[in-house]
This record gives sequence, structure tokens and C-alpha cells, in this order.
Amino acid sequence: MDDLYQDRILDHWEHSPFRGRIEAPDAVADGYSKLCGDALHLELKLNGDRIAMIRFDGDGCIISQASASILAERMEGKSIAEAQRLDGPQVLQELGIPLSPARVKCALLALSVLHQALGEVEQERESNGVA
Amino acid sequence: MAVTEPSLLKVEALRRQFPIFKRSFNGKELAYLDNAATTQKPGIVIQELTRFYSESNANIHRGAYALSEEATAAYEGARQHVAGLIHARSVQEVVFVRNATEAINLVAYAWGRRNIHPGDRIVLTELEHHSNLVPWQLLAQEREALLEFVPIDGQGRLDLAVLDRLLQQEPKLVAVGHVSNALGTINPVTEIVRKAHAAGARVLVDGAQSVPHQPVDVTEIDADFLAFSGHKMCGPTGIGVLYGKQDVLEAMPPFLGGGDMIRQVQLHESTWNDLPWKFEAGTPHIAGAVGLGAAVKFLQGIGMQAIFVHEQQLLATLLDRLQSLPYVSLYGPSDPAEQAGIVSFTLGHIHAHDVATVLDRHAVAVRSGHHCCQPLMERLHVPATVRASLYLYSTEHEVERLVQGIQDAARIFRLDRAVRGDARG
Repeated sequence: MDDLYQDRILDHWEHSPFRGRIEAPDAVADGYSKLCGDALHLELKLNGDRIAMIRFDGDGCIISQASASILAERMEGKSIAEAQRLDGPQVLQELGIPLSPARVKCALLALSVLHQALGEVEQERESNGVA
Repeated sequence: MAVTEPSLLKVEALRRQFPIFKRSFNGKELAYLDNAATTQKPGIVIQELTRFYSESNANIHRGAYALSEEATAAYEGARQHVAGLIHARSVQEVVFVRNATEAINLVAYAWGRRNIHPGDRIVLTELEHHSNLVPWQLLAQEREALLEFVPIDGQGRLDLAVLDRLLQQEPKLVAVGHVSNALGTINPVTEIVRKAHAAGARVLVDGAQSVPHQPVDVTEIDADFLAFSGHKMCGPTGIGVLYGKQDVLEAMPPFLGGGDMIRQVQLHESTWNDLPWKFEAGTPHIAGAVGLGAAVKFLQGIGMQAIFVHEQQLLATLLDRLQSLPYVSLYGPSDPAEQAGIVSFTLGHIHAHDVATVLDRHAVAVRSGHHCCQPLMERLHVPATVRASLYLYSTEHEVERLVQGIQDAARIFRLDRAVRGDARG
């Protein structure tokens, strides 16, 4: 049983250092999962082509909130391109817990919100003529 | 019918008639507590489906040959069983549909589009399942009608004083669930119907969670419409029932057009068949109806009052056990006098899906989510609850396994610590 709700997952859920807000974030995005009613708000601080800081806030199941925290831990300091390349199977591998198909959606909510935020950054940079 | 003591319901013998209980999950036998979603099927219903397809299958109301007549007799015989169960005055008042949802949509479409006009009011409640809400939203948008809602109190009971005020505005329709699928609240529908009729309104009762579990007599409740689903009462999926008072159904235009619902068809116009076939266009779910007939016979063999008493006894035990756990929050009346065998709860600040995932590892099947009642969940300020729901084959052992699973979840999610004063903000 505890292979799913292991201490690492519960700690990320309950005491995540990435839970919170950023003053003057460069990008924000929100996501909602219909199954659990999981709500996730993500904020990014950028430093050139790098993600300097990730913070999230939200309400929902343990899987969705812990995966947001683990994703933030993994992607802070990484390049935008790297974050954009990150895909579902990689996130699930990072989580390292057995999930039923329904719960996979909970686990991938954070990734879709991150990609949504990065998509907006890209759009904004394009419209500002930044390569 | 005399009240039967629960000991007279031979639950273990009944369980043996349900093949699915032979299955195991992770080496554990199934504790199935999601009966408000759908119920399991006794062998007699499964066999009746096979028997019909093997021996009696033909289209109905058509052929002049013996097999078609046999199929027609089986289909219409099932209608008689259903009519008997709910004490309909005539089989003409029993329309076969896919499920309770379709029954309500039928009324919204056929009765509503003829009788609801701009500015008219429709009274619903905060407890309603989406199936008794969304069809009325669609109708109200199309007809520029107004929806009004009877609110609930902290225990999930309807505030009937508000109903009285809403009835003073002379609504055209009151649509109310008999038993809340999310909280188990038993609504006083007979009283609601009496008051609504006095105010000149028609009444639809959503019986999806009552007809399978307790004696329901349409002559006593006096509702104009009653909707329910076969699969929640040991019957097959895809077959349900709309009961309607004969004069109300007579005055309604058809719902779906096609074969079997017509008397005479010309190129530019047609005349309609008699009740109930006016509302049964196309080849219906014949085998499903026959299976439902078998399910009704099975339930009547046990006795609806005996089923009700059994579930209420078990509900009392379940409520008692859950109330003894400090980290469990219950929603709903929490009193067997006002609540059917449906219990909604949460564990501390843990999301319902996480609780259900732990319970699943214990082979305890419960529902977690918003139970197709999103407005009600908002009213209760929870995104989701865990719901355990009972049926005639539910046992104290299953209740105990649910409680053990909940205790395990509390340990895993560190709630037993939180209760001792380490609560997270």
C-alpha cells in the first residue's frame, strides 16, 4: 500500500517548499482536473532562457499536489527548452509510484499547467520580437 | 406489508445468488459499497437475458408468427411486473426508456416544451443529481423560464418553509429526488407533492435511489411522473422506466418519432399510437426489459419492506462506526429515520480520491467524487466526498472492512497523528 503513498510523496504534498507565490511572476497558469476537482495554480520566474523559480498553489488530491511539488523541484534552474521537452512518461517515472489510468491524469496536471505557462511565455516573446 | 426483522433476510444465501461475489481482488473478496452507482446482478437476471436471446428473441409488436408473439408477451409481461411494483393503476402508465436520465429528459422535452412558457417557474432543490437539473436548465434556457431551488440545511435536509414560499409564485413544475444520491437524505415527497398540487404545479419525482430500496406506491405519493433506472435494482443497464399519470401522458406530444410509436403514417403527417407505446419509438431494449422484469420478481420475492429494513439496520451500524472515528466528517442527516443507505464522508483534509484509492487496495469499492452533484458539493464546501452505499446483499462484515480500510487510510495519511494535535492548517 505504502508503495503509492510513500513518505516522499506525502512529504511533497504536506510540506512542499515550492508551495506559495512569486512576487511579480513572469508567467502564470491555472489548471483544473475534472475527475478529482484538482485545482492547480503555477507561477514562474524566468532568468533569460532559464526557469529561476517555480511556485504552485492548489487544492486537490495528494497525487496532483505532490506531483506539482516534484515537478517544481526537478525543473527549477533548468532551461525553458528542457522543460518544454519534458513529457508525461518522464514525469510518471520521476514520481515512481504505481498509478491507475484515472489517477495518471492527476499526476500529469502539473505538467500540463507548466507547459501552458511556458506556451504563454513563448507567445509573448514572439509578439515582442524576442527570438 | 408487515415489517420484517433483518434477521429474516438471509443475506449470505442471497449473496450466493450473485455470481460476481465469487471474484476476488488482490486475494480479497469484494466488498461492494457502490450500490447507488449501480447494483450487482443475480444469476436469475443474467440467466433470463440469456434465455430470452436463446429461446424467445424476435422483434415485438410486429410479426404474426409465434416467436414474435412470445417476445411481445415477455416484454409486456415485464411491464406488468414493473407496474405492480410501483402500484401503477395501469400498464399504460409505464413507459420503458434507457434510464432515469432519459425518463426526465422525456418529460422535459415532451411535457416541458408544451407546458412551460416564458416567465414560468420550475422548482428544483439543491440536492438534485445533474440528471434532474441539466434537462431543466436546457428547457428553461429555451423557453425563457426561471429555475428556483429549495435550499438544504446543514444536515442536507430540504428547507420546506422555502418550498412554501416558492409555491406561492405558482410554479408549473416541481422536480425533486425521492432520495439524494449524494447524501442519502429521504425527502418527504408525499408532502411535497400534496403542497405542489395545491399550488397547481405538476410534480416529477426522481426515484432512482428510492424505487430499488423501499416500497414506492405511486398512488400514495401521487406524483405526476416517477423516473427510475433498472440497473440500480438488480436489472440490466440500458433499461429504465418513466411512470406518468395516464391523463398527463395522454396530453403530451411524443418524444422520439419513428416506428412503433405511430398509428398511421402519411407522407406529411401521422397519428400516434396508444400509451405507453406512443413514447417507445423504435425497437426498444426488449431483453433489457425482460431482464428488469426478472429483477422486479426477484426483489418482490425478498420484499421491498424487508430490503428497506435490512439497509436501515446496516446504515445505523455504519453511521455508528464512522461517528466513532474522530477524523471522519459525515455529510447528510446521519439519522436512519431521515436517511437511506447512502453515506457521504471525508477524512480530515484528505481528498476523497486518495481515500478511495486506499480502500481499493482493501478490495472495498466506494464512490469518490462529486456524485454528479457539483452544485451540492459547492454548497457543502467540499470538492468531493467518499460515498458508501448499501443494498440487500450488504453485510456487517463489509461495513467492518470499510471501517478497517478507513483506519488504514488514516494511518497512511498521518491523520491519527493530526488528531492528536498536530493538525495541518
